[in-house]
Amino acid sequence: MKEIAVISGKGGTGKTSLTAAFATLGGKKVLADCDVDAADLHLVLHPEIIREEIFIGGSKAAIREEDCTGCGLCAEHCRFRAIGYSVTTNGEQAEKPIINPIFCEGCRLCARLCPVEAIAFEPAESGRLCVSGTPCGPMVHARLGVAQGNSGKLVTLVRQEARTIAEGEACELIIIDGPPGVGCPVIASITGVNLALIVTEPTLSGRHDLMRAAELTAHFRIPTLVCINKWDIHPGMTERIEKEARDHDVLPAGRIRYDRLVTDAQVQRTNVLACGDSAVGEDMKAVWRSVESALSNQ
Amino acid sequence: MGGRGGGCLNEFMNNPLKIAVASGKGGTGKTTIAVSLALTAAAAGRTVQYLDCDVEEPNGHIFFKPQIHSRFPAMVALPEVIKAQCNGCGDCADICAYNAIAVVRGQVLIFPELCRGCGACSLLCPKDAIVEISRPVGNVEIGVGAGVAFVRGVLSIGQIMTPAVIAAVKGAGGDQEITLLDCPPGTSCAVIEAVRDADAVLLVTEPTPFGLHDLTLAVEMTRALKKPFCVVLNRFDLGDDKTVAYCREENIPIILSIPDDRRIAEAYARGEALTEVLPSYAPVFTDAWERLLAWCERQIPRKKVPVPLDQGKAATS
Ligand code: SF4
Ligand code: SF4
Ligand code: SF4
Ligand code: SF4
Repeated sequence: MKEIAVISGKGGTGKTSLTAAFATLGGKKVLADCDVDAADLHLVLHPEIIREEIFIGGSKAAIREEDCTGCGLCAEHCRFRAIGYSVTTNGEQAEKPIINPIFCEGCRLCARLCPVEAIAFEPAESGRLCVSGTPCGPMVHARLGVAQGNSGKLVTLVRQEARTIAEGEACELIIIDGPPGVGCPVIASITGVNLALIVTEPTLSGRHDLMRAAELTAHFRIPTLVCINKWDIHPGMTERIEKEARDHDVLPAGRIRYDRLVTDAQVQRTNVLACGDSAVGEDMKAVWRSVESALSNQ
Repeated sequence: MGGRGGGCLNEFMNNPLKIAVASGKGGTGKTTIAVSLALTAAAAGRTVQYLDCDVEEPNGHIFFKPQIHSRFPAMVALPEVIKAQCNGCGDCADICAYNAIAVVRGQVLIFPELCRGCGACSLLCPKDAIVEISRPVGNVEIGVGAGVAFVRGVLSIGQIMTPAVIAAVKGAGGDQEITLLDCPPGTSCAVIEAVRDADAVLLVTEPTPFGLHDLTLAVEMTRALKKPFCVVLNRFDLGDDKTVAYCREENIPIILSIPDDRRIAEAYARGEALTEVLPSYAPVFTDAWERLLAWCERQIPRKKVPVPLDQGKAATS
């Protein structure tokens, strides 16, 4: 079984549209939407949810007002600035502190310090994990609750679930739609994959972000391809990015032209390849062929 | 502080105003909007700073081309055991809520990649055998470009402490009248860190199904943070009308709409600020800026005494 992660240094480069097109190509596969912060793949693949699980990312602290003496020890030591005092309209500060659950990271320090044990600690739901069926194969996706940390852990769960399904159904391939950036959810999405495909655009920002993403995949020794989306917006920049990518051992997997059909397909809640024959669809198929051959060479 | 343009807002503007520019989805034009608004505010005679809090992919420097005059590393605290003092009791392993410490046969092992710098182990070790040392996770750069004070943070490759670098960027900011925070995309801990000290939030989106879906998440986040917010609709003539309908239903003002103009994409590709190379857009942004200020004045309560939380502590996650 092999895993490929489609990532993009910068967001909004067409990564999900490309992943959706890939979903319709090739043999049996499992799809894993690891962009748990802004999961969009389900909007075009119409999954039917088979199983949904609650994800507990951690616990949150809360002060029992009736027990609290207002000593202030907890507020003084919380490193995440989660404990504060509300201020009334006439500018007076409340006597007892409160914990804002959005900022609480569940480190428990406050509960351990409180001299009168006034701080309760409860596991908090921080997201959902879904296993679904789509016309293109099984799909694992998730939704991280708003303002929740621990996206890396949820990404890892999505990938584990996808692997279990792939093994059970004898699928050869897992396609991962990764998050943007180079931080913890991206690292969780790419560790141990066989191949990463970075999708970028021919802009100075795209070039800058591609280099950072390529540095990250190099750091984890992951073979990497790059694909330039909307390449014809700035052909000179496309050439330059591809050359620089080669210098960093990142091989170009193809170019995709700019076509409003990509947005139109999204508005119709489908993928480009379901909209009949098109030049931009052929571009995407060519990128897929590069990906397949890179995978089979391993 | 320098002179103030537009006299009518003076009392309100005695307080520095911090506006976070965020978007649920990446690639919606967040940086273009933040840069253009910063330049517009500066042209209106205000002192402005631009803080690039998108520390995983900072791009603002491409447009401001700032002269950087100082640099410093963004640090997080990492615990270290003083072996001579440790008796191997194992308390620290129980204390750490993130499993970043294991005590095996009396030996303390710390896993830096799991540590979030909460400080519990060093504070609670019965033998005072744990000290915290600082470790760099990124860099902060301070400079000036195009008449705007510029600060950016860059997360080092392979590091995960994005919020710590964002906190360092905010800490390096000045007391300019106007602060624009260019936030990371999404709704997770990094965005929360960027947005939490702002007075108001601008959510940049585009009217596509992906854009709308991610906007609804960003709205949920901003509401949870109890921040006033409004929307900028980029490439408004692309996609469908569902985003406008959503904003109307939810009573969210759309403060600015920008068309899908290939020239904007090209200017962005070349790293040029929109209002500078396409002067026809300058009045569009001036109007939007005035609307935004008037809206802020209505939305933001006169500044109350801020909650006394220690800003100096390392906020990490
Ligand atoms: S558990 Fe930790 S982060 Fe949460 S309020 Fe207590 S000290 Fe702060
Ligand atoms: S430490 Fe306990 S008693 Fe003291 S202010 Fe906090 S919750 Fe109240
Ligand atoms: S709590 Fe302190 S004394 Fe006990 S094992 Fe940890 S470092 Fe050593
Ligand atoms: S500082 Fe907090 S997270 Fe880090 S090792 Fe100590 S207890 Fe664990």
